[in-house]
Amino acid sequence: MIKITNLHKQYGELEVLKGIDLEVPKGEVLSVIGSSGSGKSTLLYCINGLEPIQKGQIIVDDIDVHASDTNLNSVRQNMGMVFQQWNSFPHLTVLENVALAPKIVSKLSKSDALEIAEKQLRHVGLGDKLSQYPSALSGGQQQRLAIARALAMEPKCMLFDEATSALDPELVGEVLDTIRLLADEGMTMICVTHEMGFAREVSDRVAFFHEGKIEEINQAEKLFGSPKSKYLQKFLSKVKT
Amino acid sequence: MDYNFHWRPVFKTLPDLLQSAVLTLEVAILSMILGILFGLALSLIRINMTGPLKWFAVSWIELARNTPALLQLFFFGFGLGAFGIHFSPFLIVLMGLTFNNAGYLAENFRGGFNAIPDTQIKASLSLGMNSFQTYTRIIIPQVLRIVYHPMTNQMVWAVLMSSLGMLVGFRELSGETQFFASKTYRIFEYFAVTAVIYYVLVKIILGISRLIANRLFKY
Repeated sequence: MIKITNLHKQYGELEVLKGIDLEVPKGEVLSVIGSSGSGKSTLLYCINGLEPIQKGQIIVDDIDVHASDTNLNSVRQNMGMVFQQWNSFPHLTVLENVALAPKIVSKLSKSDALEIAEKQLRHVGLGDKLSQYPSALSGGQQQRLAIARALAMEPKCMLFDEATSALDPELVGEVLDTIRLLADEGMTMICVTHEMGFAREVSDRVAFFHEGKIEEINQAEKLFGSPKSKYLQKFLSKVKT
Repeated sequence: MDYNFHWRPVFKTLPDLLQSAVLTLEVAILSMILGILFGLALSLIRINMTGPLKWFAVSWIELARNTPALLQLFFFGFGLGAFGIHFSPFLIVLMGLTFNNAGYLAENFRGGFNAIPDTQIKASLSLGMNSFQTYTRIIIPQVLRIVYHPMTNQMVWAVLMSSLGMLVGFRELSGETQFFASKTYRIFEYFAVTAVIYYVLVKIILGISRLIANRLFKY
């Protein structure tokens, strides 16, 4: 599904990703953990083609994302992305937020787009907020709106960039529940997260990033249960699991 | 003070004054529409480009904002006229006001664009929208809300500024007033009535602007 080989990414002089090799098969939930600045979020931006890369290759669903003849817009239709700042479009209602891309990108008819939007909003538990504006929603609801918006494009995989980091603690649960729901439905996902409990419970595998490299990657239970790398041990001793 | 007010001649020519007020509105509205389009283009060039185009946009904005509007009007009238390029008074005023509006609005737009978080662009790109869709569907609607009230101000300013038109021979409201005032010598009366007409025009514009805002910005 997603295959990354020898990925290098630099911001000017600063090398953020120093050779990443990673393969995520269809249906897998991979969590990415690590301290701030270790390149976790950058990886997602590169996969989605929002950031150019300097070296290496990212293949998503048999398409080379960073090849010069690749149409990024169509690649992105197959990948849903959810950001730390939920980024709802403030000038559109909840329903319009979700229906917009199906209408103008997938070129669905207005009624089909609205139908899909409504379906996805019910899916994430926002069925009673359709005609509200995002400003009337809580952070957790806005983040679920962002998830519904990505799902409405019927993506083959989802990328979550610290989807709960900007939320008040009491709102984290509802968003994690929504992501959990997707995992149960077999969605291929990469979740950059600081929620260790969530990573341990939901992920098939967990990757630990350290200074731009994958320091350790393993099944969730093994990675948390018996971490091998001393950096990972140190990291885990600092965060609550 | 032994001045005797004579309002009759003013009221007799009121239809002419009101007709010229329509001309005032026309030139102001047209110059706003063009000003918004040019202003939008100027701000986008200023934000996104380098080289001669940026230099051109910055010069336009600087000149429009930092020189008297009257001189800008004179440039399109007598300035170009000196090179043998002549326009009708209506066009001179339209070009002058458009030049001025575009310069001011460009800076308002720039502030508006800067106020939209970069992540809004990333979010809409991540949904598969192209840059054009991202701008027209996501960014510009939000910018328009931010610059809506400054834009209303500029519209009012355009109406008032159009009175400079009388100095390049344009018979808009002020030009028409000047014409009748000097014909009848009822200078005070004419300009007093014209001031009231301007005041009412501006109040109507502000009222309409508020109505539109209420309909448009529900969030």
